[in-house]
Parts: sequence; structure tokens; C-alpha cells
Amino acid sequence: MQTWSLVSICVLLGVVVRWGVSLNSYSAGKPPMFGDYEAQRHWQEVTYNLPLQEYFNTTDNDLNYWGLDYPPLTAYHSWICAYAKIINPDWVELHKSRGYESPTHKLFMRTTLLIYIPAVVLYCLYLTDGSSKKKISTLLCFLLYPGLILIDYGHFIRYNGVSLGFALWGILALGLGWDVSGSMAFSLALNYKQMELYHALPFFCYLLGKCIKAGPMGRLFLLVRIAATVLATFALCWLPFLSDPSQALQVVRRIFPVARGLFEDKVANTWCSLNTLIKIRSILSGDSQLYLLACTFLAVLPASFRLLTKPTFWHFKLALVNSSLAFFLFSYQVHEKSILLAAPVCLLLNDLPLIAIWFLQASTFMLPLFLKDGLLVPYVVTSLAFLFFSLYLLSALDHCSEDELRMGAYNKLLFFLPKMDLAHVVRWKFYISVAVMAVLSIVSIALVPPPHLPDLFPVLVSTTAFLHFFGTFVYFNVVQFSEPPSRKSQKKNN
Amino acid sequence: MAARVDSGFWFPALALGVSFLKCLFINAYHSTDFEVHRNWLAITHSLPVSRWYHENTSEWTLDYPPLFAWFEFGLSHVAQHFDRNMLQVENLHYASPSTVLFQRLSVIFTDVVFIYAAKECCRCVQEQKGSQDVLNRPSFVLAVLLLWNFGLLIVDHIHFQYNGFLFGVLLLSVAKHLQSQHLQGALLFAILLNLKHIYLYVAPAYGIYLLRSYCFTQDNKDGSIRWMSFSPLRLLALGSIVVSVCALSFGPFIAMGQLPQVLSRLFPFKRGLCHAYWAPNIWALYSVLDKGLAVLGVRLKLLEEAELPRASMTGGLVQEFQHSVLLSVSPSATLVCTLLSILPAVASIWLRPCGARGFLRCLLLCALGSFMFGWHVHEKAVLIAILPLSILAVESREDARIFLVLTTTGHYSLFPLLFTPAELPIKVSLMLMFTIFSFTALRKLHSGQGPLLRPLEVIYLLGLVVVAIACEVVFPLSPWQQRLPFLPLLATSVYCSVGVCYSFLRLYVRLLQRDDKPKQL
Repeated sequence: MQTWSLVSICVLLGVVVRWGVSLNSYSAGKPPMFGDYEAQRHWQEVTYNLPLQEYFNTTDNDLNYWGLDYPPLTAYHSWICAYAKIINPDWVELHKSRGYESPTHKLFMRTTLLIYIPAVVLYCLYLTDGSSKKKISTLLCFLLYPGLILIDYGHFIRYNGVSLGFALWGILALGLGWDVSGSMAFSLALNYKQMELYHALPFFCYLLGKCIKAGPMGRLFLLVRIAATVLATFALCWLPFLSDPSQALQVVRRIFPVARGLFEDKVANTWCSLNTLIKIRSILSGDSQLYLLACTFLAVLPASFRLLTKPTFWHFKLALVNSSLAFFLFSYQVHEKSILLAAPVCLLLNDLPLIAIWFLQASTFMLPLFLKDGLLVPYVVTSLAFLFFSLYLLSALDHCSEDELRMGAYNKLLFFLPKMDLAHVVRWKFYISVAVMAVLSIVSIALVPPPHLPDLFPVLVSTTAFLHFFGTFVYFNVVQFSEPPSRKSQKKNN
Repeated sequence: MAARVDSGFWFPALALGVSFLKCLFINAYHSTDFEVHRNWLAITHSLPVSRWYHENTSEWTLDYPPLFAWFEFGLSHVAQHFDRNMLQVENLHYASPSTVLFQRLSVIFTDVVFIYAAKECCRCVQEQKGSQDVLNRPSFVLAVLLLWNFGLLIVDHIHFQYNGFLFGVLLLSVAKHLQSQHLQGALLFAILLNLKHIYLYVAPAYGIYLLRSYCFTQDNKDGSIRWMSFSPLRLLALGSIVVSVCALSFGPFIAMGQLPQVLSRLFPFKRGLCHAYWAPNIWALYSVLDKGLAVLGVRLKLLEEAELPRASMTGGLVQEFQHSVLLSVSPSATLVCTLLSILPAVASIWLRPCGARGFLRCLLLCALGSFMFGWHVHEKAVLIAILPLSILAVESREDARIFLVLTTTGHYSLFPLLFTPAELPIKVSLMLMFTIFSFTALRKLHSGQGPLLRPLEVIYLLGLVVVAIACEVVFPLSPWQQRLPFLPLLATSVYCSVGVCYSFLRLYVRLLQRDDKPKQL
């Protein structure tokens, strides 16, 4: 069958799955805060009715009731959405319309999330190698990644799809060699959600590395063009706020709220997991953020340095993964949904299928969050479907010889242990981990925790997830430092 | 990747995939059919058998044959573990989350019958020579056309009904006949009739085919009937199967003397000629013609407006419809028309049988004929024709052409069933998915002899897109929304009638053409 028809069927399937998930409960929450859905609608109310300068201020705008805390592009997007006034004026009347939800509105909001899918399609068709059937399989698995679907369409917290979409356009452009467009796309992503800072370092190192590798004249030219594009994009987005420096500062203060604690809820983060053993939260005070920053920086350093010295697309992809994982594991005020920023692992579905699938499955394992929202059925269905179809279509379990998993370096590292077939070990670890995740899921739903340990199951879930994430982090760092895939092994993968 | 996919694992993958998809629709819109089945669960669970067909607390009385009532009775025993309250007859319109979950899951689970039937049908399909990749094999294409059928997905899993299970029994019976296991096929059809009596539409095909090709064991050399080869034993076998199944199902009610009551529940002729939404059949065209003539007559001063019966065409629903200019149609008239329409088909398999595939064609024509001319036909009935036609479509080029026109038109005519805005993207995306797949897969399967569809057919199908956009997007924003809210439904049903009529005629031509050269298929 022709490629275009298979691609359109995959895209339509992705859309149907997303809409199907959205029919289940969303973050409706209980009064008086009414959940994230209400936050979105309130932002539309605010941006439409108030002048620009007051978006982030407290004058006519009660910041405690879901105040805006994302960069300006989100505010503009809310403003565009607020043109729904044409269709239904009741939605955005300031102050009067708290807690208003309607199906047509839901529909309207979700249609705006289609920046993401075209980027995925173009990436899979042009930047992955293999037969066209393999590309289509990768596309399908990419689109079926449950984490993003459940958060954006089920849990409905934010428009992660838009910022990830922009970032993906940036990655796509860099992969095709269009550095300037790539930097512009990524700047847009940054201006939409500040969480994209997780990905900023690899972009920076890659582009800098490319500049260094270019000839003496070319390097200056490229550097200037990229810097100019980035600055121009930022200036354009922040234009209304630049007139008054205190305005800009207020915006920054809203975007980076440093008054919150070390971590919120049960996050699969190093600090949260350590907290079960030693009460870190009480030891470290607010000032110790510098230590955390240093920790994060140290974790990110190896991958970034490697990318700087070898700015190839392969290293860029790996560095994206490593950088976002490092930030997630070690940074400050990490919310569990930030693991979605490890979605760049989807980019590696084609090259390292088993590990990518394993990680993506673990990243969806945010069961307590979904249970709170009544998303149990979509969670189970999408996770099982993703696991089954990605293993089947990408033949992940067949392609896990030691060479294909790039575990050569591991052999050298673990020289002190008896020689064993690492691929075999990996496969068994995969089966065991999937079994553990399944058991934990069932146990969390079916059983009641003992009264003296009310948070037992969330803690178990987040610690298991943490172990997976940490192991993946180590693995990808090792891979980044081993040799890139040779031509021979690439041909075998087809 | 090729190695794994070729190993035959694709069928479970397709079945599993569509089942996962169905689970995502658990909280979608469901129609009053949901309440109907909940009510039947309550009736069969809480009341004694003697009250089943007399109970009328709810308006949705039990109007399926007894075997289906027993099926609901079985389901109700599982239901009590989900939510006991749904089994109270007085709890009208009870739809707690557990109730919804249970009912939806019951449809998804009973679809396993359909999946098994699809597998059997795929086995019957003739494979083409030479190794091909999986996507181009007839059995793969048929599996997708059956398992991922758009109409079945939205009618069963969103609108809510148990059609998958019933169609599974029908297709299994057809598959058994294609595999020459006629007794099993007859048994399955007898069970099916006792589950839902709408399948009486296709009973003539079964009756004549089995009588002619099974009871008469041999034919003369020119294909005509050889009276001496009549086998009373076979007739007895068939008869006993049918009688015993019916006895099992109706027996208890005959014993209690409730047979007239049961029959009156099964065949309510008090309803109107057309359903609330007009099924795209002949009567839709007839009614439109009548209305058009009436308007014309008033304009030309040939008729008095006051004399015309007040037809509520401008209202939201149309229940009873008295024709103003043309003759009003009565139930017996429709019966006569239906019988006349299927007579040639049935006669052809009697006089010149073409084996099991001829039977399948006759079945299709009976189904479509009844759809075209029947009384109070529901638009969902078009699926009885679409699903079996899939089997023929993957084997022959001509049938693929007819299939594409009938399926696209028939599926589009189901759109008004899901009128909520939240389901709009789902129904459009699913429809596009199925249409793209059916067109490209069938074109690839039957490639090499020029384009699959004639230009006129292509234009007609493209016109469907125009109608769709007009009805879903343009009309709600236009000034006629208030005055003529029935207009989109009318337009959809009339436009689709044309397509369905066309497919009916083409299928007939195909059957009668093959009459000249009976092939053993």
C-alpha cells in the first residue's frame, strides 16, 4: 500500500485515540479551584478582557485564582482562543464565568493542539532510516506514546503538545541542516513554556559545536545568524513587556516561582526518593537551591561536553534525552509531569527500540496521578496497546543483540563481573520490570494501604519509576560515550 | 519487521487493536438503546419468565425473540456484581458509571464471536498466487474491512447495540456454507433468527439455497434440477434443526399460551412508514417526491394548501407520514414490493445455482431489497448488506466497485446517529480511516485493469463530502437552522438513497449476468 495512505491512517488513528481519551474525565477537580480546565478558561478570560500589561499583575486580576505562570506566548494563545467570544460570549465574561465547562469549548481547545502531529510525521518520514514500513511503524508508535496523550487529553493540564511540537519542529529543522529555522522554532517553544529549558542546553551545545566545526569565516557568520534569530524571536514575544523593566521582572517572577518547596507530591525524582530514606526536605532550606543547581549542572555536563566536541545529529538526540533526564532527576520543584520532557526518547524508537519502549512505558507509569482523575481505563488501554504494538511492529525483542543495544561499553565497564550475555540479561530485566509495573498497578487499585503507611503505593510507584529513570540515564550516558552506530549494523537493522 | 508480521500474528494484532480502541469509547455518548438493554437486563433478572413479554413499565418493551431474552438473562447474572441497582425495573434511565462500564464491556466481550467469524471468513477467501507482503493479501484486507468496520464500531460501541455478536453469528453461518458445512450453517442461522428476527429479511435466501443445493444432492449436466436426487434425509435433518431451535426458544411461551402476545411484541406494525430519521431507501425518495409535488401543486394552484395533511416535516422528528399527492403506503404494500424485489434473485439460485457464492449474492440482494422496500426500516440495517459484501469485494473486481459505493454511502448515512459535537471528530476520523483503507487496499488488490471506479461514481462519492460539509458545518450557521431543522437529515437520506439504489441495481445485474454461465465456486 502506498506510503501516504498508511501515514494518513496512522495520523487519523492517533487523532481518534486522543479524542477517545479526552471523552473520559478531565481535570475537573472540585470547587473552588475547579481544576486545570478552569485555569485555561480563566486565562482566556484574563487575556481577553485585560490590557496586556496587566496579564501578570494583580490589579484587576486575582493572581491567586490560577494566575498566569507561563511565558508570554501562552498568554497570546489564550487571547486567540478567547476569540471564542464570537461563538459563545458567556465563556469569557470576566469575574462572572468561574467554573463554566461545556463540550463545545472542550472541542475548540483541543483542536489547537495540532502543531505536534505534523512535526512527528515529518520526523519519522525524513529523519529515520529503514524501509518505509519501518518508518510507518515508528510513526505509529510515536503517535501512540501514552504519556503525552494521557496528560494533554486526559488529565488536561496544559498544552504540552504545542511546546513539544515547536521543539520537535526545531529538532526536525536541525536534523535537515536548517540551523536558523531550528533555533527560531526552539525559541518559540521556550517562549511558550519555560519547561523547555530542559532541552535548551543540547540545542545550545549542538549549534555551538557546529559553529566551531565550521571554517573560520563560516563560524562567525553562522553564530551571528543564529544569535540574531534567537534574540529577534525573544524580542518579538516579549515586546509588550519590554517597555517597563519592572514589568519584565514581574513576568520572570511569575514564571519562576522560587517560593515553592523542594518537590511537590510524589515525584520520581532523586530528592523525593531519597526523602524516603533521609528527610532531605527538612535538611535543605530554600537557599540550598544553589547546591541543587550545581548537582544538575554536573549531571548534564558529560553529555553536553560530548555533544560540543562531536556535533552530529545522533549525539544531539542522545544529549536531548540525557539533558532532560538530568534536569528531571536532580532539579528543583520538579512536577511529575515534567517527565514528559523526556519524550525525546521517542526520537530513538527507531535506533534503540527496546530501551526506548522500556523507558516510555516506565514514564507512563504515573498511576497515582491517573487514579486521581478517573483515567484508569484509558491508562490501562493505552499502556497495554503501546507496549504490545511497539514490541510487535518494531520487533524490539528480536533486535536486542549486544551490538544493537550498543552495550559494548558496558562489557568494558563491568570487567570485574563474570562474562555473561548482556543482551539476555537486558531482556530478562525488561520482562521483570514490566511484570513489576503491572503488579504495582493492580495492587494500587485493588488493595487498601495499611493505616500507618497511607502513602505506601504512591511511594512505591514513584520509587520504581525513579529506579527505571536513573538506570536509563546511566545507560544513555554510556551510549553517548561509545562509538556511534557503524554502517554495517545499520544495514542489518533493516 | 517483515519476519514477525508474516508469521500470521497479524490477525490477533488487528483484533486486539480494535478491542483497545473500543475501550476508549466507554464514556462516549450512548443513545436510548443503552436504556433499552438495561431495562431488558432488569426485566429478565427481576421478573419471572411469564411476565417478560407482558411487562411495560418502561416504554422500551422486550421486542426481540426469546433467545435474546435468555442472553440478557445470562448477562444480568454478571451485571449484579457491577451494580445491583441497574437490575431494578423501576430504575428507569439509570446510568451509573458501573452500569455504563458493564454494558460497554459486555458489548466488547461478546464481539469475540464476531472476531471468530471474521477469522473463519478469512480462511474461506481464495488467496492469490505468489508471495506478497501481508498488507496486500486478500485475507488481511478482509480482516480489516470486517474487524475495523466503521459502521459496526460506531453503532455498537458508541450508539450502543449488540450487533457485533449478531453479525458474528451471521458471518459464521455464511462461512460454514462457504466451507460446505451446511448443517452447521443452518443451525447457526436458526439460532440467529431466534436472537433477532430482523434476519427474516435474508431467510428466503437460506431456505431456497438449502432446499435446492443441499436437499437435491446432484444436478443435471446443464445445471438444472434433478428431481430424482432429492434426499428426504437431508430435508429431515434441516427441518429438525430449525424446529428444535425454535422449540427451545419459543417453547416455554407456547406452553404458557403467550405466543400471540410475544408475536405482537415482535412485529409492531403500528409504527410509521419511515423511522424518525429516514433510512436511505426507496420510501425516502418517494416521500421527497411527494412533498415536492405537493409544494409544486400549491404553487401552481392545483391544490389547496388547507387540504393537505399537516405533515410535520419541519419538526424535528417524523413519526407518522401521510402522503399528500401520491398514494399513501401501507405495510402490506411494502411487503409485496419487498417480495417482488427479491423474487428474481431467489428464482435465479433455484434455477441456476452457483454454489455458495451465488447464495451469498442472493443473501445480499434479499438484505438490500428488504432495506429498500421494507416497512419502518432503520438505517443501521444497511450493515446487513455491507458486511457480507466485504467477502465478495476482496475476491472480485466488480464486487469491489459496488462495495466501495455501497459502503461509503451506507456509512455516511449513519452519521446522523451520532449528533453530539464531542463525537464529531471521532466519527469523521474513523470514517476517513476506513474509507482511505478500503479504497487504497481494494485498488491495490485489483490493480492492473484500469481505474476501479467509473468517473460518475467518483463524482457521486465526492458529492458526499460536499453534503457532509454542508450539513455539519454550513447548515448550523445558516438562517434556515431555526425554520427547517429537518433539512440536513433529509438531504443526507435522499442523497444516500441514490447510492444505495444504484448498488442494489448493480448487484442484481451482476447476479443475473452470472446466470448465463454457472461456475462452480
